[in-house]
Amino acid sequence: MQKSAAVADGGHHKPAPRYNLARRKVAGRALVAIASLGGLLVLLVQILHTTGTIQAGFTNWRPILYAYLLWSIALGVGQVMIRGERGQRALFLLPAVLFTVAVVIFPTLFGFYIASLDWNLSSLEGPHFNGLDNLIALFNDTYYWNALGNMVFYTLAVVAEYAIAFALALLLNADIRARKFFRVVFLLPLMLSPVAVSWMIGKSLMEYRFGPAATLARALGWDNPAFFAHPWIARVSIDAMDAWVSIPFIMIILLAGLQAMPKEVLEAAKVDGANGWQSFWHVTFPIMLPVSVTVLIIRIIFKLKLADIVINVTAGGPGGATDTVSSFIYRVYRDRSNVGYGTGLAIFYLLLIIVFLTVLLRLTSRWMQKVA
Amino acid sequence: MSTLTSASATVRKRHGSRRAKHIVGRMLIYGALLFWAFICLFPIYWTVSTSFKSAVDVTQGHLIPWLDFQPDWKGWRSIGLSPDAILRTSNPRDEFMSRFENSVITSVGASFLALVLGSLAAYGLSRFRYKFAWMRNDDILFFFMSQLILPPVVLALPFLVLYKALALLDTRFGLILLYTLTVLPIVIWIMRDQFNSIPIELDEAAFVDGLSVWGAFLRIILPLAVPGMAAAFILSLVLCWNEYFFAALLTSTDAKTLPVMVASQTGSQGINWWSMAALSTAAIAPLVLVGIFLERYIVSGLTTGAGK
Repeated sequence: MQKSAAVADGGHHKPAPRYNLARRKVAGRALVAIASLGGLLVLLVQILHTTGTIQAGFTNWRPILYAYLLWSIALGVGQVMIRGERGQRALFLLPAVLFTVAVVIFPTLFGFYIASLDWNLSSLEGPHFNGLDNLIALFNDTYYWNALGNMVFYTLAVVAEYAIAFALALLLNADIRARKFFRVVFLLPLMLSPVAVSWMIGKSLMEYRFGPAATLARALGWDNPAFFAHPWIARVSIDAMDAWVSIPFIMIILLAGLQAMPKEVLEAAKVDGANGWQSFWHVTFPIMLPVSVTVLIIRIIFKLKLADIVINVTAGGPGGATDTVSSFIYRVYRDRSNVGYGTGLAIFYLLLIIVFLTVLLRLTSRWMQKVA
Repeated sequence: MSTLTSASATVRKRHGSRRAKHIVGRMLIYGALLFWAFICLFPIYWTVSTSFKSAVDVTQGHLIPWLDFQPDWKGWRSIGLSPDAILRTSNPRDEFMSRFENSVITSVGASFLALVLGSLAAYGLSRFRYKFAWMRNDDILFFFMSQLILPPVVLALPFLVLYKALALLDTRFGLILLYTLTVLPIVIWIMRDQFNSIPIELDEAAFVDGLSVWGAFLRIILPLAVPGMAAAFILSLVLCWNEYFFAALLTSTDAKTLPVMVASQTGSQGINWWSMAALSTAAIAPLVLVGIFLERYIVSGLTTGAGK
């Protein structure tokens, strides 16, 4: 009854809204068009100004940013005017998309351009195009390949981190007192900045002469506890620090998985006479596999970005043994100012990561939780 | 009779051995827990205690205050934060405070911006069906999530060049934009999960009451999503506060953050142990407090999607 009244009411007013709607759509399109034109005009003026064709223009490119912002707002308003309800829905997604395009897609494409330049900030001549020279140089750069080799080690070390984290999660999931206390304490390393950790552990705890870790190692019979002198020991030491910071992350996610596990399954295993190890290996572990694979992949993604600890503790030494790709490129930027080549290295690394992760996701998708 | 007692004795014996086994198991569990608690806490304890030591106490490896060494405000005095130095003017303190302020503003600003952008996108992705060219909801979500794999080195240099042109180099705003980008995928992931857990019937009820899409979102759904927002915000805060790579490359004087300050002190030879320790303690203290008091939110943020 009410509904029909509403329909009748709507029918009564129909001509006017439809007329307004058409006008609104036109106005919306006009708004977007004007905003786009205005934005392009500002961009054109600035390009011409920078190339020296015209005098008028801005001292820097900041106005382009404002123009993009205004254009985004106009686009949003235009969407609502043109598409009404559906436009309002699009408005939820639009800010994040426009933001991501502006700060990721554009700079990444720009990165591809820089990667094709011969550009050293410390040399007097400016950047000039050199095509694929950076790529060719890259294949002959033993330090870069060495860093990539180290990344393989660091990535494999994730498995060890996972094993420790799983053990800790099982401990926390056991029937214990003061669970909350232990959970907070175990989580704390995750809060700490890797730079502070570099000093706290790398430069002070592991200090050769009087760091407590060195003292302990001497007491345990290691005469010469130099944690960062021998390549393999240095690599393990660096990874130990990174593990210290990130094990809590794996642990918490595994713990959540364990707590979500149905209790009946383990009880059934107990009734069937399985001992602790068997019930872990045949019941808990398979049930936890999707969580495990998910957290391992997230952890590997973060591991591939490892840089700050290496930069601050060893700066890649001894002889590049602890270098990650990121820390190596950081030094190419910082010490050699070779930005064209450095960006080339970074872009190549990005492509490797994409290929690697695509393959990894394909191989593991069977066990993965649905993230998306 | 005798057989009965002997039988009950064996039962008791078996019972006893099981209890012994149980006790050993307990001891192993608590031993392992305490061992790992020690591993987690000792570096923090070492740093905090070193900030109260003099050079001799550091080199001789003294550990326990008052017993081993006499605590002193030395480290804190050197950055102007000890009780006796706090009222006097101090250059190191001014520097520290400005870095601290930069860290607070950039991490809070970026977390807030990411929360706004991410919540909107997450709500849209959880409630409506989009189609943009070939991309549908899942593809759009994957597009956002795939930003996670981008290593900072790839963006660092293009940003250096672009920020120079945009006059955003060494500004807090520039850092906020970058940090927002790095935490946005995580915020979207957490918030989408949060919105998915709120029944869609609530939206429909709001529409029936005559609210628009945005009205329903702002007045009905958003207040219900506060726990997820807190989790996303705190997690973003932690990530931004600790970020070093971009800050090291893109800031020089004005917008330097705490990690950059800490790192620049470690580089110099002949480290002042006590002042480094005090600086590190001050840099990690806010997040240690966050970890202790807001652990619940961090855990709920991290475990989004796990075990479902």
